[in-house]
Amino acid sequence: MNFLLEANNITKKYGDYTALNNVSISIPKQSVFGLLGPNGAGKTSLIRIINQITLPDSGTIILDGKPLQPEDVANIGYLPEERGLYKSMKVGEQALYLAQLKGMSKQDAQKSLKMWFEKFEISSWWDKKIQELSKGMAQKVQFITTVMHSPKLLIFDEPFSGFDPVNANLIKDEILTLRDNGATIIFSTHRMESVEEMCDNIALINKSNKILDGKLNEIKKSFRTNTFEVGLETTLEKTALLQEINTHFKVSESNLKLLDNINTFTVSLEKNIPNDFLSYISSKGNVVHFVEKIPSVNDIFIQAVSQKH
Amino acid sequence: MSKLKLIIKREFVAKVRNKSFIVMTFLSPLLMVGMTTLIVFLSKKNTEKPKTIAYLSEYKAINALEDTKTIHFVAANSKILEDAKAETQKNKFYGLLYIPNNDNINDVAKNIQFFSKDSPGTTLIQNIENLLGKRLKHLKYKEVGIDEAKLKASSIKTIVNIASFEGKKTSKLVSNIKIGIGSAAGYLIMMFIIIYGNMVMRSVIEEKTSRIIEIIISSVKPFDLMLGKILGTSFAGLLQFIIWIIIGFGLMSIAGVFLDAPANMPQQAAQLQEIQQNTLGFDLITIIQELPLANIIISFIVFFLGGFLLYSSIYAAIGAAVDNETDTQQFVLPIIMPLMLAVYVGFAAVMSDPHGPIAVAFSMFPLTSPIVMMMRIPFGVPLWQVLTSMALLLLTFLGVVWFAAKIYRIGILMYGKKPTYKELYTWIRKY
Repeated sequence: MNFLLEANNITKKYGDYTALNNVSISIPKQSVFGLLGPNGAGKTSLIRIINQITLPDSGTIILDGKPLQPEDVANIGYLPEERGLYKSMKVGEQALYLAQLKGMSKQDAQKSLKMWFEKFEISSWWDKKIQELSKGMAQKVQFITTVMHSPKLLIFDEPFSGFDPVNANLIKDEILTLRDNGATIIFSTHRMESVEEMCDNIALINKSNKILDGKLNEIKKSFRTNTFEVGLETTLEKTALLQEINTHFKVSESNLKLLDNINTFTVSLEKNIPNDFLSYISSKGNVVHFVEKIPSVNDIFIQAVSQKH
Repeated sequence: MSKLKLIIKREFVAKVRNKSFIVMTFLSPLLMVGMTTLIVFLSKKNTEKPKTIAYLSEYKAINALEDTKTIHFVAANSKILEDAKAETQKNKFYGLLYIPNNDNINDVAKNIQFFSKDSPGTTLIQNIENLLGKRLKHLKYKEVGIDEAKLKASSIKTIVNIASFEGKKTSKLVSNIKIGIGSAAGYLIMMFIIIYGNMVMRSVIEEKTSRIIEIIISSVKPFDLMLGKILGTSFAGLLQFIIWIIIGFGLMSIAGVFLDAPANMPQQAAQLQEIQQNTLGFDLITIIQELPLANIIISFIVFFLGGFLLYSSIYAAIGAAVDNETDTQQFVLPIIMPLMLAVYVGFAAVMSDPHGPIAVAFSMFPLTSPIVMMMRIPFGVPLWQVLTSMALLLLTFLGVVWFAAKIYRIGILMYGKKPTYKELYTWIRKY
């Protein structure tokens, strides 16, 4: 596979504390890569190394086939979790300044910024100072300053914080559009539902070590338990029903809520095939609900992190 | 445009556009000159009105006192001290001067008394002492039989003319001018470091608190950012200083014309005249021409830049280490101390002996050398000393910048608690 970024065996120590222990990740081109992990796991350390803010003690970073160079700052756009802008500087001036620091010429920066400001319908903010904007407005400007130089690699650390749901959606769509237009995206967040929606690949870092990585679908497959949720319309009393089924299949209570007052339970079908169960259960009543419990990223996260303890 | 230039430009523009910078630039010289004018004006008003003082002399040889510029004398009607006191108070005179009778002039001189409601200023008492002292001295001359005319004729004025072995003539005035130039240069450097070093520090803290720092350093090296900040701020500072000097001179000369300053300061004027007589034909222009001007200017530039860069990189490191301005005091104090020390040692040691061991030592020590050496240079410092001092300053500067950059690099990404000195040390050692 064609990777845009490969981090090989990265180790980083701060004094006696190991922030990253031999971590390797590979990020395919034109994909959204979820970098997950509990607080203090080492995500920010890794992101800072990719941004050349700090240097790793050992290990290499390959960007687009070549070792990372100081000039590569122009190829990376970074939206840190701890972010802000100069409060007393005007929006336009500030964006131009940051664009030029990324290596753009003034003319190119102006053109690109004009396009983005029009896209977000904020052209009238150009001469306002940041301190006059609301937090959400400032976040929009911040997003533009991250993407304005059309970098190959975009790194977003909690990009949705500070946005209302409408604007969060707008940003989400922009990120996906950027990917479709060729950018590769590293996405670090604690909002698991946006990981489900957006990420093609994920890596999970816990306590300075990578504990899991791969395609999101495949990870989900490996965490699947062959458990199904069942809703049964029946006249039978629930406890008796479950006891009865338990003699043939492994069932347990479920907290699934269906619209009508219907008996619900989960069944684990590791050895059996669903059809056997269905033909058995249909004799007990009307099956109104039968769905495989697919592990959510949230479940995988919690399971993986607590297993390694 | 290179990134460093971009940073310098942004810092400069941000500083210069700041409202408080503009206000400070134009208001402080106005305030300074206004204050000086006010003080001169008020002290003039304060001494303008002569005080009325009653006197009672039981000593026959002194029966009348002449008015001076500041004192109007009135003879008391009562001949008894207690009555005279009451009379003075009734007439609302400032005070009562009492000269007792005695056969011995020395005893008279010792027992003169002055009564007043509140304690009089020392100037007034000195004036009275001078006045009576002169009168009593003349009486004493007569008593011991000294001919005053002869005494006057035999007075000799002695002047020691100072010259170097090369034959360059010099004088006290020249020394004073040298001290003046040296102190002005040293003081200027200190003020500049404190004012604009602080500004560098605040600007670093601002980047930390606004959380823009991580975005900036994902584009530029922290060292470039620090350097750009220091240079941008110092250009803004230089601009402000130049404007201050121009406005200050302009206003001073206007105020001087209005107040007609020399006429109001007879004492200083007299002293000045005396000095002018002492110099015997030295005129100011030749004195200034004889100073090592090229040396002074070149050294000023080198020591000014060296000192400012050295200190402001420490200021930048402090700004990076803390989260807010209130936390900086603990770290700023150790910086201010060598600066203050330099100015005081400079004044004391250089004035008494510009080439003494203490003056030389402090002009070599890099934290004080920019100030102390500048104070010494007008007196002529051997080239090797100037060069050694410059070399030491440069080496220290490089060392300090290395440390400061390290603290800066780590500090800017640290939030939360204020680090201790011990923690700063581990930053330097381990990271």
